[in-house]
Amino acid sequence: MSTNNYEPNMVLSTKQFKVVGTRPVRHDGADKVTGRALYGADLQLADLLHGAILRSPHAHARIKSIDTSKAEALPGVKAVAVSTDLPAPGDQVVDIGEGDTPLKYVRDNVLASDKVCYKGHAVAGVAAINVHVALEAVGLIEVEYEPLPAVLTAPDAMRDDAPVLHEDLTTDELGEKTDKVSNVAKHFQFKLGDIEAGFAAADTIVEREFDTSTVHQGYIEPHNATVLWNNDDRIHIWCSTQGSFVVRDVTATVLGIPESRIRVTPMEIGGGFGGKIPVYLEPVAALLSKKTGKPVKIVMSRQEVFEGSGPTPGSHIKVKMGVTKEGKIVAAQASLAYEAGGYPGAMVTPGAMCVFAAYDIPNVVVDGYDVVVNKPSTAAYRAPGATNAAFATETVVDEITEKLGVDAIEFRLNNAAKEGTRRADGPKYRSIGCVDVLEAIKNHQHYNAPLEGPNRGRGVAIGFWFNVGLQSSCAINVNSDGTLALVEGSTDIGGSRTSIAMQAAEVLGLRAEDVRPTVVDTDSVGYTDVTGGSRVTFCTGIAAIEAAEDVKRQMVERAAKIWDVDAETVEFDGGTFRGVSNGNSEMSFKELAGRLGKTGGPIVGRATVQPKAVGGSFSGNIVDVEVDPETGKVTILRFTAVQDAGKAIHPSYVEGQMQGGSVQGIGWALNEEYYMSQEGVMANSSLLDYRIPTALDLPMIDTVIVEVPNPGHPFGARGVGEANIVPPPAAIANAIHAAVGVRMSRLPMNPPSLMEAIWAKERQ
Amino acid sequence: MQVKTRVETTINGEQVEFLCEPRQSLLECLRDIVGLTGTKEGCNDGNCGACTVMFDGRIVTSCLVLSVEADGREITTIEGVAEGSALHEIQKTFLEGAALQCGVCTPGFIVAAKALLDQELNPSEERIRLWLANNLCRCTGYDKIIRSVQDAAAKMQETNA
Repeated sequence: MSTNNYEPNMVLSTKQFKVVGTRPVRHDGADKVTGRALYGADLQLADLLHGAILRSPHAHARIKSIDTSKAEALPGVKAVAVSTDLPAPGDQVVDIGEGDTPLKYVRDNVLASDKVCYKGHAVAGVAAINVHVALEAVGLIEVEYEPLPAVLTAPDAMRDDAPVLHEDLTTDELGEKTDKVSNVAKHFQFKLGDIEAGFAAADTIVEREFDTSTVHQGYIEPHNATVLWNNDDRIHIWCSTQGSFVVRDVTATVLGIPESRIRVTPMEIGGGFGGKIPVYLEPVAALLSKKTGKPVKIVMSRQEVFEGSGPTPGSHIKVKMGVTKEGKIVAAQASLAYEAGGYPGAMVTPGAMCVFAAYDIPNVVVDGYDVVVNKPSTAAYRAPGATNAAFATETVVDEITEKLGVDAIEFRLNNAAKEGTRRADGPKYRSIGCVDVLEAIKNHQHYNAPLEGPNRGRGVAIGFWFNVGLQSSCAINVNSDGTLALVEGSTDIGGSRTSIAMQAAEVLGLRAEDVRPTVVDTDSVGYTDVTGGSRVTFCTGIAAIEAAEDVKRQMVERAAKIWDVDAETVEFDGGTFRGVSNGNSEMSFKELAGRLGKTGGPIVGRATVQPKAVGGSFSGNIVDVEVDPETGKVTILRFTAVQDAGKAIHPSYVEGQMQGGSVQGIGWALNEEYYMSQEGVMANSSLLDYRIPTALDLPMIDTVIVEVPNPGHPFGARGVGEANIVPPPAAIANAIHAAVGVRMSRLPMNPPSLMEAIWAKERQ
Repeated sequence: MQVKTRVETTINGEQVEFLCEPRQSLLECLRDIVGLTGTKEGCNDGNCGACTVMFDGRIVTSCLVLSVEADGREITTIEGVAEGSALHEIQKTFLEGAALQCGVCTPGFIVAAKALLDQELNPSEERIRLWLANNLCRCTGYDKIIRSVQDAAAKMQETNA
């Protein structure tokens, strides 16, 4: 829409490399533009059966009985599975990556036993000769429910008279287990300084409350799983997942068998954004395969994806901030109540860690509440918890800058978190790019361009998200033609296998095209954690770098052996080995690779890593909107995303993350929500009615990559996948205020809620 | 088990015949019977565009076409876009322009974009955005897709000139 004369995508590079920082074509590209890439639903196996899931029509009900006899009698039906086919969970507690969780909750989310906790909750599975027969059979299963009152929001669920979801759930209060049965699974608190003294020193205090709706990650590929429980009791799973080892371990735990009996082959994955970390279909397909002796494939429908997989929590947030007349934030307090859905585990802890993460504030108190409600059990969604929190904080900060009459970026610069700033949850920042992101916004042509016309306004906001390390493994085989075959375990959602291969190529002086990366199954690579937490290019990248260093070390030794010299006297630079004590004899990487077979055998480099020195990422937006005062429709006129990448390994993919995250943030801001009836039935469970942004709704998304190197990565890379979704809703809310003078306190800011706000202002 | 119907059709220039149940969609038959799994299912109700194919020269969401309707028709799927080993210009610019991340919407986008550029080689950004508005992508924010279609149009114009 805006076609000004400016550079739409900028990389503010601080350091140049040969391969890192270039933009090669992805290694899986040809498969993906020709339709050859195999996703989970594309898998065909001999004797394959097709499964379907019976789901609860009630948001909250006790299961009195299940009669599967009519379904089993339908011609073409081969097996039916219910929760009693799974081993009893007892009191076992498991850690599936979100802290300790009772196994019963994990198992009951796969197949409900005594109770259903949300509409769409899985109750039974059927395997049949085709999916149509399986669906017919699902309709023949008779379940007797005792419906219970549903509770749908955190504030309602926290009331003393609220319907209780789990009679065995008692509140964990500030780290102490209480015996109070409640929907509040956990209340925790972060404290820094003296909050009362802080507010007493403030000249201006702004306190506001916010509500955000449940939203879905909205990946285009539905969940799927194909499982063969073989006659030797070994299980093979093919599925769409962000973590093949997570699928292996969780499925083993739910089935009560050793993880070593399961092999998971991750198929190409059609989007995840955090929503493809939980396990839903695999244990059910495994049970059905065991019963039939045949492989069973189950693919969710779009409605099942909305109602039966994990969206991200809706929330109720209070934020209070106090500033001096000189513009220093001296106190900040927040209370965050997040809806976990049917089982505990709302992503409220990271939300509470991020709520004031962009600022250096001496006195802080943050309270977090993990609250179960009768909605789907929630999952991560790109910087989980942080977007909700930033919407609240950055809206309050905007109101403060308005009250003080100061520039929005100058105020933030005056209070920005820096190296050495302590966050209320404990850690002190090492090198971070908050100031650099703000400076890039201040200097951007967009921030300084005039914006004319009625009902138009410009807003800014910033946000933070972590980068986790966890564990990754990598192996590199040297081919005789001097190329490499690289094997790794991080399922590739957005081009990561290429960013990983580029880092190995950089170490060995090769081209990106000389390294062939493959994501393999759980029997073929060392343990590798999920594709999540913005960790893959960072952590699996380090594994690839170290595996390449291992190759280099072995190649140097081989050159020394061939030349009959000490390995210490062999140098490697720019793809060439040089024997310093050997008259500077030279041998290229390719030449040496061709001689491996006759000089001692093949070379395989390997590495397993668990890096601790992670680098979080700051991001910021400048957005121009136009509000139609008659209809409340908001049009995004221009959008600029700025983010610290540390070092952009593949700048096009970093830009892609920034653009994609921004647009998900725009959808969250303006359209997306679970529209629930009072009975807890989602009224908009299709991609027509749950409307994610289309190409027509958007302008180009301009990007600025800032590079403040992460000292914990050899090339300086930071995780960039997530921080970009954090600021958009707040930036848009601030732009709406600038356009029509209303402060929005609820997401989504759709036409009805905007009209209410405009009319309320007119009535004043 | 329902009675099956025989369908004779042309897919990517080849004569294809198969048996299907009346309730089966073209999408299901392409994927599960003919074995062309490049056409993807994202919603099965016509709202995401991942299953876009050419049907007698028009773009359709194949999940909303009953397979029996394909009898005597001409269908082009993503597998028919490249000419032999040579990628179509749109496929090339999608790769060079990093217009895909997870790639599951990509076949539908490429088929739809090709249909546009088969008709007009100088579409405006607004025209491309409108044309592709029925194809949902959740990864890219569309920016690099739009630019890649623009790049392909420019290259195809050069070739034609």
